[in-house]
Amino acid sequence: MLYAFLCYHDEAVVNGWTKEEDEAVLAKRHLVTDKLAANGKLGPALRLMPTTTATTVRMGRDPVVLDGPFAETKEALLGFYVIDCASLEEAIEHARQIGRDEKVVFEIRPVKLFLPGSKVA
Amino acid sequence: MTDLAWIDATLRSARPQAVGALLRYFRDLDQTEEAFQEACLRALKNWPVNGPPRDPVAWLILVGRNVALDDVRRRRRTEALPAEEIISDLDDAEADLAERLDSSHYRDDVLRLLFICCHPDLPATQQIALALRIVSGLTVKEIARAFLVSESAMEQRITRAKARVAQADVPFETPGAVERAERLGAVAAMVYLLFNEGYSASGGDVQVRVPLCEEAIRLVRLLLKLFPGEPEIMGLAALLMLQHARAPARLAADGSIVLLEDQDRGLWDRDLIAEGLALIDKAARHRRPGAYQVQAAIAGVHASAGRPEDTDWSEIDSLYAVLERLQPSPVVTLNRAVAVSKSQGPAAALAMLDALAGPLAGYFHFFGVKGALLMQLGRSQEARVAFDQAIALAHTPAEAAHIRQHLDRLIRDAEPTSHRRMG
Repeated sequence: MLYAFLCYHDEAVVNGWTKEEDEAVLAKRHLVTDKLAANGKLGPALRLMPTTTATTVRMGRDPVVLDGPFAETKEALLGFYVIDCASLEEAIEHARQIGRDEKVVFEIRPVKLFLPGSKVA
Repeated sequence: MTDLAWIDATLRSARPQAVGALLRYFRDLDQTEEAFQEACLRALKNWPVNGPPRDPVAWLILVGRNVALDDVRRRRRTEALPAEEIISDLDDAEADLAERLDSSHYRDDVLRLLFICCHPDLPATQQIALALRIVSGLTVKEIARAFLVSESAMEQRITRAKARVAQADVPFETPGAVERAERLGAVAAMVYLLFNEGYSASGGDVQVRVPLCEEAIRLVRLLLKLFPGEPEIMGLAALLMLQHARAPARLAADGSIVLLEDQDRGLWDRDLIAEGLALIDKAARHRRPGAYQVQAAIAGVHASAGRPEDTDWSEIDSLYAVLERLQPSPVVTLNRAVAVSKSQGPAAALAMLDALAGPLAGYFHFFGVKGALLMQLGRSQEARVAFDQAIALAHTPAEAAHIRQHLDRLIRDAEPTSHRRMG
């Protein structure tokens, strides 16, 4: 089953990283995700810009466009992975591996509908 | 990331909010700093053992306040407050406090903290130094290094600035809408100054000043989070990001400045550029143009050009025309003249410079631009005079070296003729 790994992180801390620290975290994660990719288990993964770049559109009789993210929380959604996992147990293990030595929070949610799209970044 | 590195990053990012809230409580800068310092020490002792608190900012405020209260009580020989070891377990108390703090209080606390550094009696460099010390938490040594002065001189400067701020009447009640906008404007200007102090490096080694630019970007991100719907704050953030994105390409190995058109664009920070452009887009939606937004848009045009010859100079020309209207200044007109020279040729640009000769008589860049335009028009003798004036006005060796390159080229171009004559 496909699982989405939603990455929540304290944005102020992540933005405060130096370039070297940021690259070190990415390199560490790649050790895990490269293996998943080689086994054909890694779906799309992406990293979002800071929530300060977010715009929220709330639909209603008069749709409202607001600056900022949907919810102001200490830990913000900063990106996600889609990974093919045989079981929830396996998914949790992947989360442990990817997030090793970090203060990241993963929300693991099974994917209901998967549209790969046509845009290649 | 190790626990210690994480704690360090957390304390750094929590500082403006926590110090801002403690200042509202104590209404005294020194006492506030002391309380925050003590709270940080306790965090370093406590967090590795008990794990990080759910809301580090709330934890630091609560402990900072208790430490001070504890002191008072100890002096009165009465019962002490519960130790901070217990606080993390007092889930309800913490949640309650976090909830109260989560409201709009944070925003005005941080704004006030930044605003007191912008006291009009303080010269610009003291405003920046004070903000770096109080809001960013840089050590006096770090600030002294960035300003290229001795530690004791910087210590004195900050102490004097603090004393002046302490005498000033800092309003602690929640500001009204107009006052809040005024404070935000003053704070934005100070953050811009801070960035420029690092970026233009008026005197001395440029490399050590990069942290000033990074600190300015950190502060503008904070402002953006606190005031998510202000187009000028988006514009300022975009401006700083787009300019800083070019930093890796701005300096040659020998420390001389590499001009925009000569920079290796592959070295530009694409992430920062993308974020800056996204913020310009967001700001434009508000249809409330301002000077920061226009300057960001100009930087955005440069950042979007893959090669120098792809630059849309007529777009830059019209953006500078908007800026001239919003914020008339001879320097803006000088910059517009550069755009005009690219889109309409050096003669049209040189004509614009006549009116600026008076107001910009002491300005390095004026003579640099004038010399370059004259050189393009083949008027080498006049160009040489202008370049000599520029060198006399240069602030840094890098600026002077850059102008000398132009002079060398003039001499080089003149030489083959003389060789021929000799041969």
